[in-house]
Amino acid sequence: MHVPDGFINAPVSLAAGAVAAGAVAVSLRGARRELGGTSRSSAAESGGERTAPLAGLVAAFIFAVQMLNFPVAAGTSGHLLGGALAAILVGPFTGVLCVSVVLLMQGLLFADGGLTALGVNITVMAVVTTVVAYAIFRGLAKVLPRGRRSVTAAAFTAALVSVPAAAAAFTLVYAIGGTTEVSIGKVATAMIGVHVLIGVGEAAITALTVGAVIAVRPDLVHGARGLTAPLKLRVGGELVDAPAAPGAGAAAPLPAAAARSHRKLWAAGLVASLVLAGFVSFYASQEPDGLEKVAHDKGFDKGEKEHGAADSPLADYGVKDITDARLSGGLAGVIGVGVTVVAGSAVFWAVRRRRDGEGPDAVEAGPASTAVDTASAPTATAPTATAPTGSAPTTSTPTSSATKPAENA
Amino acid sequence: MGAGHAHRLYRHGRSPVHALPPHTKLTAVFCFVVVVVSTPREAMWAFAAYALLLAAVAYAARVPPLFWLKRLLIEVPFVAFALLLPFVAEGGRTDVLGMSLSVHGLWGAWNVLAKGTLGVAASVLLAATTDLRELLLGLQRLRLPPLLVQIASFMIRYGDVVTDEMRRMKIARESRGFEARGVRHWGVLAKSAGALFIRSYERGERVHLAMVSRGYAGSMPVIDDVTASRAQWTGALALPLSALAVCLLGWTLS
Amino acid sequence: MDPVVTPVPPAAPASLEVAGLAYAYPDGHQALFGVDLRIDRGERVALLGPNGAGKTTLVLHLNGILTAGAGTVTVAGLPVGKRHMAEIRRKVGIVFQDPDDQLFMPTVREDVAFGPAAAGMRGPELEARVRKALGQVGMAEYADRPPHHLSFGQRRRVAVATVLAMEPEILVLDEPSSNLDPASRRELADILRSLDVTVLMVTHDLPYALELCPRALVLSEGVIAADGPTGDLLADENLMSSHRLELPFGFDPKSVRGAA
Repeated sequence: MHVPDGFINAPVSLAAGAVAAGAVAVSLRGARRELGGTSRSSAAESGGERTAPLAGLVAAFIFAVQMLNFPVAAGTSGHLLGGALAAILVGPFTGVLCVSVVLLMQGLLFADGGLTALGVNITVMAVVTTVVAYAIFRGLAKVLPRGRRSVTAAAFTAALVSVPAAAAAFTLVYAIGGTTEVSIGKVATAMIGVHVLIGVGEAAITALTVGAVIAVRPDLVHGARGLTAPLKLRVGGELVDAPAAPGAGAAAPLPAAAARSHRKLWAAGLVASLVLAGFVSFYASQEPDGLEKVAHDKGFDKGEKEHGAADSPLADYGVKDITDARLSGGLAGVIGVGVTVVAGSAVFWAVRRRRDGEGPDAVEAGPASTAVDTASAPTATAPTATAPTGSAPTTSTPTSSATKPAENA
Repeated sequence: MGAGHAHRLYRHGRSPVHALPPHTKLTAVFCFVVVVVSTPREAMWAFAAYALLLAAVAYAARVPPLFWLKRLLIEVPFVAFALLLPFVAEGGRTDVLGMSLSVHGLWGAWNVLAKGTLGVAASVLLAATTDLRELLLGLQRLRLPPLLVQIASFMIRYGDVVTDEMRRMKIARESRGFEARGVRHWGVLAKSAGALFIRSYERGERVHLAMVSRGYAGSMPVIDDVTASRAQWTGALALPLSALAVCLLGWTLS
Repeated sequence: MDPVVTPVPPAAPASLEVAGLAYAYPDGHQALFGVDLRIDRGERVALLGPNGAGKTTLVLHLNGILTAGAGTVTVAGLPVGKRHMAEIRRKVGIVFQDPDDQLFMPTVREDVAFGPAAAGMRGPELEARVRKALGQVGMAEYADRPPHHLSFGQRRRVAVATVLAMEPEILVLDEPSSNLDPASRRELADILRSLDVTVLMVTHDLPYALELCPRALVLSEGVIAADGPTGDLLADENLMSSHRLELPFGFDPKSVRGAA
């Protein structure tokens, strides 16, 4: 997925660079809080000083795990992109940081991804992936009943959506600053279509990996805090419930209370928007627009090859029309919902944080809304780009409201 | 993604390019790439000029052409993508060898190929002439947030350690007769990945302990710093400045 | 005449004094149940104990990474606590078991410089300190190498140098001989013997303890179970077996008595 130089024009690359820099700056502050006190080793040391070694090691892990090959079939194999995994394991801020550092180093050392495209790469692969995955993961974790299976299911869904969401974000960037005029509908369909497939692989691996970690060290899974069993004290050979430590206590019961009151709301909203988007876009794409029809008639899609979640060079950027236009429209719609949910939660968090009057915490909505910020921009260009996907109407409403907190954040 | 080990990218040498302070080189490469990206694609000769400039730098740095060309292979996926552009892009069409190709697409493909290749070539030269540690010092000097530089530094220090652990786990799996052949085996691989994460995280905690034990209190002491003389800056910026001249010429002529 | 009979000269407090130290982890697991020990300046002492005896937990108390649940730790007269933390961490040099954890900087030189630099040292003074520490472990010519390019034994020696650079009051080594081949083992022993600092060596490598340390402590089930000359303790079969300490096959401590 690494975008090279010359792919996106200079002004948009610069703008993406600014977005990426902002997101990284916010993450630098957020990560200090996230890596505060998860560890087994005493509470004597706390706060930001753990950030550098822990985030560095997690970045090294992401870097290494991207080299771990998962065979698909017949000699092809896929590998993890890692954004969703990082978000779930260490939290969104640290996730953004780690993936950004990996991208920076890949750009500088391996020339993998252009230097001017670094902003685009970070925005798309570090910020969007991580934030979308985390929002969906937390959202589902609130809706689903508590337990390890739910965590795995939530991790699966989060990773599944995060990859096509990144593809969608890339398409949006391309729509504004692409150097070649290709029908945006076509780019979107191809990118998102391929990445849904890649996303399935990513989702399976992420869910399995999160499951493996949660089975051994549930305390290390940032997204699943509060699912651990209460501590016991051994007093004279018998196990006694430990009095809840102030730190752990704050983490556990608070979401529980919040979850109950918001769970229904979340569930209803999620289901409604999924159904709506699926249906609307299914019928909206009944009549593929003229250009796509031409493409089909001229048989452009014949020359394109089949791609799985493969590691083949083409896989990341491959162009593949999903033959069923309706299906692809529907998929785009569902992805639209994903973006909507993110936007919604960003606003929700921003509002709630501010109401709580916790100054520094208000920035937590920062990266979420930055992601949305990029998402909202193309709605302005939508009329000229003649976007054929049904997702446009569903995304546009919430994003316009989400840009407001982004400005103050 | 990241192919091979980090230290193989650097070619030790004593050339004038190696001797330049890292932050001047980083600035030069970045400015050069920005200039390249801003050049109008119609000015084909300009890109040839850029390539010549880079070749001159490579010659001065004594980077063997074969080494350089091999490293360029990283952009193969984009070549493939660029080759698709003429088929899918919009606009007027032209016939080449019996195929109907989009004129826009052809220009687009050229644009991506030329600029992408020059970008990769410049980055490869940077990585080949700059030590990992120097690169970090350069980033630090260029006022990248210190925490980010530290994370990058830890990532580089432990990248090999973690990769090595992953390799040992693979050997351990294979020694017990396990070979991942398909989707059915993902569970086992994911368990390894999970174990790798736990090991990495716990190592992070131990590293933190070791740091605290030596008086770390949240900020890394700046032990080394790099400085550049005016002459060194001039030397490094010669590349982007001459590129800028070419670029401006490209804009006026086209 | 008088000064000769003074048993404890007040000018030199013990390098390390631990009294009544007890500690339970936040998860409730209690590791230490009242540790008392005293190590005088210049001594080389081995802390022996089976796996899980609480050795590493004890070590982490010595420089205040873990805070005592009960009891006190005093380093060269300074009580370990929030007030003197920076000073304590300079005085207590811990060499961790895995040198990869200890060597976290991109080059050997920067790693050795880390401790003094964190204490505010800069410039030629820092440079001299680094050169001296690396010289003490015989690694001076490796200063500009990245740590992962060194052999395991070399990394362990550099790890010792990183701590020596802080000119500590007491050097604490956690399993210094683990994973070393015999040659590296001997080299490290020579280095440790040549140093003029108090050494506390945590190990279950009994021959190595006998080779280097005249005095040994046995930590078992969270308390000091025995304290005496290393040779005597190792020769006491009952003591050894009751604390899960076993000598290697064919090793007779009596035959090498006086080695240390």
